Order: sequence, then C-alpha cells, then structure tokens
Amino acid sequence: MIGFFLSATTMASYSTNEFRGGLKIMLDGDPCSIIENEFVKPGKGQAFNRVKIRNLKTGRVLDKTFKSGESVEAADVIVTEMQYLYNDGEFWHFMDPESYEQQAADANAVGDAHLWLKAQDSCEVTLYNGSPIAVTPPNFVELEITDTDPGLKGDTAQGGTKPATLETGAVVKVPLFLEIGEQLRIDTRSGEYMSRVKK
Amino acid sequence: MSWQPRAELSVIRERARVYRQIRTFFNTRGCLEVDTPLLMPTTNSDVNIASSEVLCGDRRLYLQTSPEFAMKRLLAAGSGSIFQIGHAFREGERGRLHNPEFSLLEWYRVGYDYRQLMDEMELLITTLSLRQCEFSRVSYRALFRQALSLDIDEIALEELRAECARLVPGSDPAELDFDQCLDLLLGMVIAPTMRGYQFVYDYPVSQAALARVNAHDASVAERFELFFDGIELANGFSELTDAAQQRVRFEADNRARERNGLPRHAIDEQLLAALQAGLEDCAGVALGLDRLLMVLLDLESIDQVLTFRD
Repeated sequence: MIGFFLSATTMASYSTNEFRGGLKIMLDGDPCSIIENEFVKPGKGQAFNRVKIRNLKTGRVLDKTFKSGESVEAADVIVTEMQYLYNDGEFWHFMDPESYEQQAADANAVGDAHLWLKAQDSCEVTLYNGSPIAVTPPNFVELEITDTDPGLKGDTAQGGTKPATLETGAVVKVPLFLEIGEQLRIDTRSGEYMSRVKK
Repeated sequence: MSWQPRAELSVIRERARVYRQIRTFFNTRGCLEVDTPLLMPTTNSDVNIASSEVLCGDRRLYLQTSPEFAMKRLLAAGSGSIFQIGHAFREGERGRLHNPEFSLLEWYRVGYDYRQLMDEMELLITTLSLRQCEFSRVSYRALFRQALSLDIDEIALEELRAECARLVPGSDPAELDFDQCLDLLLGMVIAPTMRGYQFVYDYPVSQAALARVNAHDASVAERFELFFDGIELANGFSELTDAAQQRVRFEADNRARERNGLPRHAIDEQLLAALQAGLEDCAGVALGLDRLLMVLLDLESIDQVLTFRD
C-alpha cells in the first residue's frame, strides 16, 4: 500500500518546454508518444507548442496544440526488449530475458505484429503501467513457407510472383521458384520478401 | 566528442558581411552605434516574455530580452538616432525558429514614426540582400479579413474561439482569451500562407506593447512586424514616450502576470524617470539577425546559422 500511495502522489508531469520526440505523455486518459514538437510564437504574443502525437493504445496519430508553459501528465510507459514465447489461443506470452519475468499481451496490444511472431524471437514490448499495450516485431524475421503453388523449376530470372503462406499465417508475395518448406527472410515493416535463407 | 560549429564557415562569413554592411548603412545615415549592458537589475514585464535570471555575487540580475529600455535612456539623454547589434535572451523559446539566446539589431530614429521606419527597413533589407526586394504592407485588421474573412473588430470571443477550434484541430480555445485566439490564428493558420516580405501594421491596442496608440484610431497601436514567408523578422513601434501611460502599461503587465501565475517584475523606474525627463518622438525596431541570415541564405533552421548551441 505504501508503494501505491507513493506512486499515486508523485505523479510526474512535463512542461511544454520539455517536449521532444519520444516523450511519453497522457492525453485524454491514453498514453501517447510525441512524434514531433514545434514551437510557434508569432511576434510578441502567446506561444504555442504544436505537437504530433501517437496514441500508443490505438496507434492513431493526431495533432494537438498546447499553450506554451502548460504541464501535461507523464505516462508510465517503458519500451523493453522481450523474447516471444508462445500463443495460448487468447494471449501472446513474452519473457524478459534478464529477469525471466513474463508478460501476456492481448490481441489489441499485439495487433498486426502477430503475423511475424516466431518463438524465441526478440521483440520490443511497450509496457504501460506495467502491462503490454504494443508489440513491435524485429525488423527482419526468418519464416518457413507452409503453403504455396508448386514452384516453376529453373524460373529464377523471371519477375513473376505468387502468394505464399508462412508458418505464422502471414501471406507474402514471393518469386515463382520458391517451394513449401523453404525459409524466407521478411522485412516486417513493409511485409515484403527479402531473400531465401540457406539451411 | 562533437566540438565543431553547427553553422558552415560560409554562413559565419555571411554573418560577418551582413554585420559590416549594417554598420556602414547606419554610419553613413547618421546613426550612432551604442553598446548597452546585457545584465540589468530590471527586465521586461511582458506576460509573454520570460527573462533569465543571473546571480552575480549577492545581486540578482536579468539577461536583457532586448536592449530597448537602456537604449531609450540613451535617447532621453540626447544621443540622437542610435543602433546596436547584440545578443538578447528569452527563456524557454526553443524551436526551428527560436533559440533562448539570439542576435538582434535594434535601432531608433529620432523624429520618425513607424511608417518612416518601415521605409528605412525596406532600404536596409534591400541593401543587405544585394538585390531589389518586393515588400507589401497590410494592416493587422485587413490581414485577418483577407486570410480568414474575420472582422476582428466585430467578432465576439465565443465566435472567435469557435473559429480557432475549426481552423486549428487539437487546440483548446476555451482556455484562450481574445488576443491569444488571434495569436493562435496568426501563428498557425495565417503565417504559413504569407509569402515574401510583408509588413503587418496597426496591431490591436490590446497588443500595443510599447507602441504609441494611433492618434486617428484609438483601437490600434502604431506597431508593425515584418515577416518573410510567414517568419517573423522584426517588430517596431512609434515609441510610447508618455511616462504616465508607460507606468499604466507596466502595471497592467504585472496584473496579467499574476493572473497567469507568474512573478511580478519590479517596474523599471529608471526608464520611467528618463521618459519623465523627456523622450523626443521617435520610432524603434528590433530585427532578428539569426532569422534574417536564414532568409538571406534560404536555410531551414536557426541551428544552421548559430556557431554553437547547447
């Protein structure tokens, strides 16, 4: 209980003077991250901070204008590297590789990242008040093709593509010559096939 | 360890050229170069300007937000027209166009009004640009009418707040007073649409700062600002020379500071005594030299013209 009261009464806040990219603040009850901060002051008048903010729960980006000098509540948000363990049908489980502490993230928090999550891979997990609200997969992952049309032998030079289903359920466009069982390197930011991985 | 200057050497040389030319310009036009202290026991009480304090031994002094008060005391002492190139400090102002420490050219012309000073400003900028520049002039009132179809003399505060909410999504106009709404619209909506060198003049009397009220229209002050592509470069006035009126404005500043939870500032009695002794009619203007360099060299950020920045 003492810990609870301490954290409740020492609520941190930031003045607009401290605004910078990456700062985590509370806005309308949701944790947000500042993407861009612009100081606007026409002549001798009132100064404003125009900020672009990402809502960390919904991922939505919005514009907000503060009077310079205002204070905003800080969000208790940390971004930490965690290992993905498994999915139990409802939650995705992650582990802190140092403390072995585990976190369960729901579908809201995981979002589209579930398409790229492979056991043992290291992900960025965003914790708000200690619970996961967002998961960012590694920029590159290696995944196996579980289903695709039969490959066209020797057709390595042509530009054609076909859809391939990967072990995580993601569907990506791949060159025609690739076969079921092959390992691919995928850029998770674009969802694009990069190369084959030699076994 | 990064120790190199932020500004390119070519920019540092361009600043030197501009300063040389400013000095030649004023020396040949009968203006005296002066040098006033950066640290003074009193400071500007404007509610929108924050001064940095410095402890010198047991004395608390202020880094000057502009050399205005000291230069007016020189004028009252009979200096005649004067100019100064120096640094000024405004706490908390930091961004693409702001740094808490910045460079100013400030000059005062005895016997001029703000219109004559705008004429001289055009000549100076053209001289420094090394080419013919086009200037336009628009009154503050006409600017709002042209850009937003708003009649700022007629509109009620609630209506103005509604316009702010409509034109600046994500703003919180319920918290803003009339002038703050105008600041929001000018800074966020109108300025980005302004092109070329443009003077905005005859500011609402509520934004008079240290400008004289217009003798023919008491709703406006003889104040102007110069913008380039919406970037504010300069702010000038037909100077208020009446000591009693100046005291009333200082007291109003302090009441506004209290409303905003800011500390009161001691009134600069030495300035008031100088005005009492007699300040001839004059006009004065401050031109931001860092931003002028940005404009002359077509640079994006004030960082690119500063040698070093903390």
